[in-house]
Amino acid sequence: MLESKLPEQWVKPYGDTLGDGRVQLSFTLPVALDDTSKEGAKRLAAMMGLDEPAVVHCEDMGQGFSFYVVYGQCKHQVDLASFQVVKPEFEVMDKDAINALIAQKMGRRMVVVGACIETDAHTVGIDAIMNMKGYNGHKGLESYHEIRAINMGAQVDSEELVARAIEEKADVILVSQVVTQKNIHLDNLTKLSDLLEAEGLRDQVILVVGGPRISHELAKELGYDAGFGVKSYAEDVASFAINEWINRQAA
Amino acid sequence: MTQLQLDQTQIDRARQSARRIARAVYDDMAQFTTTTVERATLRLFGVDGVDENAVPLPNRVVAHLQEHKLLQYGAATILAGAMHEHGLSAQQVAQAVADGKLTLSRPQDESAARQAANTQARAMCQHIAAQRAQRNELVQTLGEGRAPWLYLIVATGNIFEDVAQARAAAEQGADIIAVIRSTGQSLLDYVPYGATTEGFGGTYATQENFRLMRAALDEVGAKVKRYIRLTNYCSGLCMPEIAAMGAMERLDMMLNDSMYGIIFRDINMKRTFIDQFFSRMVNAYAGIIINTGEDNYLTTADAYDAAHTVLASQLINEQFAELSGLTPEQMGLGHAFEINPELENGFLWELAHAQLVRQVFPHASLKYMPPTKHMTGNIFKGQVQDALFNIVSTVTQQNIHLLGMMTEAIHTPFIQDRFLAIQNAKYVFGTMKDLHSEIEFKRGGQIEQRAQAVLAETEAMLAQIETTGLPSAIGKGMFAEISRTPTGGKGLDGVIQKAADYYNPFPHLMLPEALRDRLVGKEASAATAQEMQHA
Repeated sequence: MLESKLPEQWVKPYGDTLGDGRVQLSFTLPVALDDTSKEGAKRLAAMMGLDEPAVVHCEDMGQGFSFYVVYGQCKHQVDLASFQVVKPEFEVMDKDAINALIAQKMGRRMVVVGACIETDAHTVGIDAIMNMKGYNGHKGLESYHEIRAINMGAQVDSEELVARAIEEKADVILVSQVVTQKNIHLDNLTKLSDLLEAEGLRDQVILVVGGPRISHELAKELGYDAGFGVKSYAEDVASFAINEWINRQAA
Repeated sequence: MTQLQLDQTQIDRARQSARRIARAVYDDMAQFTTTTVERATLRLFGVDGVDENAVPLPNRVVAHLQEHKLLQYGAATILAGAMHEHGLSAQQVAQAVADGKLTLSRPQDESAARQAANTQARAMCQHIAAQRAQRNELVQTLGEGRAPWLYLIVATGNIFEDVAQARAAAEQGADIIAVIRSTGQSLLDYVPYGATTEGFGGTYATQENFRLMRAALDEVGAKVKRYIRLTNYCSGLCMPEIAAMGAMERLDMMLNDSMYGIIFRDINMKRTFIDQFFSRMVNAYAGIIINTGEDNYLTTADAYDAAHTVLASQLINEQFAELSGLTPEQMGLGHAFEINPELENGFLWELAHAQLVRQVFPHASLKYMPPTKHMTGNIFKGQVQDALFNIVSTVTQQNIHLLGMMTEAIHTPFIQDRFLAIQNAKYVFGTMKDLHSEIEFKRGGQIEQRAQAVLAETEAMLAQIETTGLPSAIGKGMFAEISRTPTGGKGLDGVIQKAADYYNPFPHLMLPEALRDRLVGKEASAATAQEMQHA
């Protein structure tokens, strides 16, 4: 196998000397601060795999809570050659190249319908990818003349999103999940992909999800074609979409 | 701090435009009521509780009135008439309707029913006035935090966890506790009932949850010798009902924007304009400080380019608030520190915007919101961004200071996130306490020029809105770059044309006299006043 041929590459956290394993962490314990809780914080850090844990700062927070900042040396190391990261395989192009490729291969505008679904009220992610202005100097999909970008905003029901996708003959459905509590985003995303399956539409659309808690691997597990996490921009999503469209045509 | 040189006549012109914009909307909407205004009226009459399917009784009664084509007359006289005729309390009437034992109809004696409605309404107004007096007394005896007030959010989903975190936050120095609502709630066309322990991204706003948190904050306030203010969300499809609940349970602040629901929740425009008027009237009477949501524009639009949309919206919000009887001190006009950190001199522009707002609204309880859009997950940088935000807030003398969390964009705050945020703010506010009175803006400098430019753009924008009307301006996406239409959005089915003899006692009791004369006409107002005396 390919992986086994790679030379081992063991790493551990670096402070100021290679191999020192220095890490910092902070946490709250639900007890008032005293010598016992402080010792408890230190032992807890040791149990997390830190050698020579040191509580460098601790404070009582009132109402029976206390706060700790701890340094220690991580016992563990990891071999970077021992695993592979699942990534969508495509080349990220710039806006002009994407437009040109869509024009050449599709011969029409690509339709992208996007929304932040279900309970999530935060449009920041979907806006960053879709709106004209984009984010951090990266223009959004609305600015691509070969893409028809429809941003439905936040708190959109999955049913509503699917209905709009059908109406618009969407090539791509783009969903965003930003704020999550108790992993509600997983339920929301599963609901949408189940709904598309039930409607018999799953193979007809390219289904993409983005959000700070989203990885490509997670997206694949949930039945999506791709997942985009932080530091993803419109060109990443658009490059993937046109590549995926071309691959599907070839298949 | 020495004031920026601004053209006061320009501010006046912008404000006059906003006044005419708000008044035109008010005049168009006065002919309508909504299902939630009527449900709020029932709640203010004392109707509470749910049926066996957890449907609130106010919803059951209003649905019943709709079914019998009676809602256009207003729920108040019909309910009061039924109470009078059957010798029942408001709650008993509602229960009988829900049980299918009573069919409501128009009262046989309209004038007697109006008097009964007035009596019922006056009793609730006395309760709300007593709550207001108690707040004043507690502030007098306990004292309150020095502005900027530290505003902290709890959002566990479980009211009992919220209470634990709120108590801890108050002990650490919070002046205001806001209980974030479960994200879905703004689109529910009813208010959930009872104490709740499950929510997403927040905790349901229910009257029982209000009561539990109020009691906890009163208790911890007595301990820390500082009145702790409680905030919730008077927004969404049930604005007036939430206002009624908050007034009854002595909330101190409510997020209560005149346009937020339209723009960010796609709630129908008419519905929102009608609901915001009634809800703000209740908030005004209860002594509640409203918070407006202009900060949200900057999460969608660019904070530098769209700065004038914030000021324009604040002026419109101010004028709507005035029409509902809110005093300047009750106006927590919102804005935010959201300029891209990569923008050169961005801090100067933040200072310019914050000082501009301070000067245009010298008496308002300005609410200043922390960076969120450009928070990255790098918590160390986030702590610096929040510190810069804290500096602008103290230097420009903001009133309500929502604490920035270094873990913004990662998760709903952990207890230590709040703890560190309070330490950050207290440090900055302490070490820079009098800085504002020691420094001056350079005359004709970049900060002053920036403020003048934003003001000029604001004036132009309001003039433009005035020519087309506010609904059309919203339709064009002039706020937050989001477009909404008068017939689009959720909740239009709850907008009802009032009958000629529609009656609701609360505007007569809650609006200040001068305003009542101006809005409902002097004669009508005088006639009602007389009726009230006879009741």
